[in-house]
Amino acid sequence: MSPPALSLAGLSVSYGRTPILRGLSFEIAPGACFGLVGESGCGKSTAAFAALRALPPAGRVTAGQIGIDGQDVLSLSRAGLRQLWARRVSMVYQDPSRALNPTLTVGVQLAEAFTVLGAPDPMARAEAMLARVQVPSPRRLLAAYPHQLSGGTQQRVVIAMALAKNPSLLVLDEPTTGLDATVEAEILDLVDALRREQGTAVLLISHNLPMVARMCDRIGVLYAGILVEQGEAGEVLGAPSHPYTARLVACLPGAGRRKRDGPLQTIAGGLPAPGAALAPCAFAPRCDRREAVCLSTPPPERWTGLHMALCHFTPPFPAPPGLSAGAPAEAGARPVLAARHLSKTYAGPGGAVRAVDDASLTLAAGETLGLVGESGSGKTTLARLLLGLTAPDPGGTLTLDDAALGPTIRSRSRNDRRAIQIIFQNPDSALNRAQRVRSILTRPLVRLAGLSGRALTAALSELAQGVRLGEAHLAMRPRALSGGLKQRAAIARAFAGRPRVVICDEPTSALDVSVQAAILNLLAGLQARDGVSYVFISHDLAVVRYLADRIAVMYLGQMLEVGPAEDVLAGPHHPYTAALVSASTAATRIRLKGEMPAPGAVQAGCVFQANCPRKIGPVCENVRPPFDPDAVHPVRCHLPAGELPRVDRRLAGANS
Amino acid sequence: MGRKLRMVAVRCALSGLTLLLLSAVVFAAGQVLPGDVGRSILGPLADARAVAALDHQLGADAPPLLMYARWIGHLLQGDMGVSYAYRSPVAPFIVRALGKSSALAAVTLALVVPLSVGAGILAASRRGRWQDRLVNLGGLSLTVVPEFVSGILLILVFGVWLRWLPISANTRPGTGAPEQLRHLILPALPLVLVLFGYIARITRAGMIEALDADYTRTATLKGLRRSQVILRHVLRNALLPTITVIAAQTSYLLGGLVVVETLFRYQGIGSLILTAAHGKDYPMLEAGILTVGAAYILSAILADALVAMLDPR
Repeated sequence: MSPPALSLAGLSVSYGRTPILRGLSFEIAPGACFGLVGESGCGKSTAAFAALRALPPAGRVTAGQIGIDGQDVLSLSRAGLRQLWARRVSMVYQDPSRALNPTLTVGVQLAEAFTVLGAPDPMARAEAMLARVQVPSPRRLLAAYPHQLSGGTQQRVVIAMALAKNPSLLVLDEPTTGLDATVEAEILDLVDALRREQGTAVLLISHNLPMVARMCDRIGVLYAGILVEQGEAGEVLGAPSHPYTARLVACLPGAGRRKRDGPLQTIAGGLPAPGAALAPCAFAPRCDRREAVCLSTPPPERWTGLHMALCHFTPPFPAPPGLSAGAPAEAGARPVLAARHLSKTYAGPGGAVRAVDDASLTLAAGETLGLVGESGSGKTTLARLLLGLTAPDPGGTLTLDDAALGPTIRSRSRNDRRAIQIIFQNPDSALNRAQRVRSILTRPLVRLAGLSGRALTAALSELAQGVRLGEAHLAMRPRALSGGLKQRAAIARAFAGRPRVVICDEPTSALDVSVQAAILNLLAGLQARDGVSYVFISHDLAVVRYLADRIAVMYLGQMLEVGPAEDVLAGPHHPYTAALVSASTAATRIRLKGEMPAPGAVQAGCVFQANCPRKIGPVCENVRPPFDPDAVHPVRCHLPAGELPRVDRRLAGANS
Repeated sequence: MGRKLRMVAVRCALSGLTLLLLSAVVFAAGQVLPGDVGRSILGPLADARAVAALDHQLGADAPPLLMYARWIGHLLQGDMGVSYAYRSPVAPFIVRALGKSSALAAVTLALVVPLSVGAGILAASRRGRWQDRLVNLGGLSLTVVPEFVSGILLILVFGVWLRWLPISANTRPGTGAPEQLRHLILPALPLVLVLFGYIARITRAGMIEALDADYTRTATLKGLRRSQVILRHVLRNALLPTITVIAAQTSYLLGGLVVVETLFRYQGIGSLILTAAHGKDYPMLEAGILTVGAAYILSAILADALVAMLDPR
């Protein structure tokens, strides 16, 4: 039998004196795909760099063995290591725009991978490789600089570079984080197809459990640098043998779960700080199954066939105590916020660019409208129009509680301003770094709610309690808080003025699943308490589905479909919605023709026709499909209602 | 390409505007400075009528706006005016001083750029070790020593004690170029010391950013040799900020060297401006300052063009 593509045996790695990985052992068979999952900070990326002996200067292997194709990697000379890098292993990381050298053309960078191998005519090989990763017009791409390409194309170039040497091991570190859903699906399909062709083994590192489940044969779960469970992918995520895995899976808003079904599971506490002393079982402090033995004796490796769990106990694990759930808010009938025919045209270098094109929406009290679309679809511009940060083109109207709302923030009364607030993806952008959380929250209470004295103190403590920030957190500056706590502070800031509508712009996409679950619960709870309405922008359909009552799908500035959440996701839906839904399911994906074009001038026909897999003919190019924003579930498509597509929707996260 | 051309055109127009504003400011400041042209030329004992007559003859008794308008009008025709103090056209003085300043600046740059960029690269690749600390601390300490202090020390050590280098920057007419260069080394050294730390630290920061960048790791994992990684992937990105800084320092070298020029009795444009300011020689003063301003703007444009060429973004 040929040796494993990668074998780690008792691998320990430290940064300086801080241990990051502790005795990591697993193997990847030739051509197999192994997924490594866990919360951020658990050591996933360190494992990837260590496996390739490409740790940053401060990192050092303190114990253990690394084998690639049976070769002892730790004993390689400098030249031997370079040969290993040049011929056997490749790595793709999270942000393709940073993985490519901004000052060299794609062709030069890609050709290097062949030059190193001594291959003749590297430029021609580079062009052929680009064709294999299915980019449009490979020849033209050779002369392009990375910044001229979309994120999806950049990642294809990185993958082309990685696969150029026909490696026996490919390490993917969060390869699709930051890419749009349909692009992510295409990249994953591509990697999957190419690695099968070439027989490349893959180490896939991700915090996205559903994605790992789809791609991998086996999965390992890391906690605080320790592999707590490994086994066949379906088994590990479907029937976890370690309490940590079980809780991680339960955090996902999967299986068609909705906010009315109750809050999501969360994991109390956080990862131990780097360098902190660990309990004999590292997870014990956060574990529901904890008994005295967990704090006195290190857990044994329990093997069942090829499935290992590092735990004193066997499943089933007791269900964690149910979270007390307030009844979810019932969406009222009365519209709070209504937008009619909002458009926004920017003057671009190549002519006018229509960022938002005739968007209309209504939002009832206590309702959540999920706003779904890929980057460039106009979601964020629409949010800015609602907030009054950008003035719409003449002709659009906004109403708040049936009264006209000024187009810009300056033209709005203080009451109107405090009525609409926003939560950003990156809480850092909403929190003044120089101030303590207390003053960050006090300011809107004074300015927007007009409070002072004792009423101010009372409101502040109520606000902090509402997002579960303690007195200690109020005294800290934002940089001292974790990502989840920062987002809580940003949510508290948005809620300080008792808003009617809060726009949530991807508020959880930078967070771990356990923290995401807590934030989603918090948002649902605040909505139940205050009857606030949300416009919830996200690319994660499972998250949108959990929180949204209605969903609007945007593409190139237009709303293609609006309707009740269940109906939009269940179909029949717009061909684009079908592609989005299929991108996040285990079923066959619907392929789009090419990527979303850059937003441009107003088009005569349907904005989606160039990419549409269900295009009828010239009618799509020349005639705008009808769209009645006042209907219950309008779909902007020329296809007759009966012929609209429908996706077998087993949403990812169901882990079926 | 059209976009780039337009950018250049806009840039040039803005530069012209900047120079015009600069001349107005200098002119206004000159009016406020105490003193009197005729008086400073003829001395404190001269007759008041003689002073008035000289002022009239020089046009220095005209209303300020008229004086300014006359001067700008001449300047646009390429005439920098006539020096009050020397009673001869300003332009040859400026040209000669600019030539001398350029020679000194060139010698300084030729010494400091390879030294400091090399030291910055060394410091970045030996991060945290003694070489890094030496470059960082040494550079910082040298930067804060004023030129007249280091200049005097250097004169004492190399000029007086060791007698390796001539202590005067000036050479007799007819001296060959190598000997002229040798005379410029000692005046250039204090400037090298001041600039070294600054450029080295900027280079080090740029190198460290590029060395830690994902694309550098991509290149390393392609199996390229370390030297190839550094030459092809790291340096080009790392040196962009350094180029901008060197350009900014070039203009300082061309115009701000009053101390060093005085110390080595070198008639560069810095001492020319200083003398003109003392003597209320407005035409000379303004032409000098405008020349320095133009040099400043020109070097900034050149640096931007170079950066734009190296960085496709």
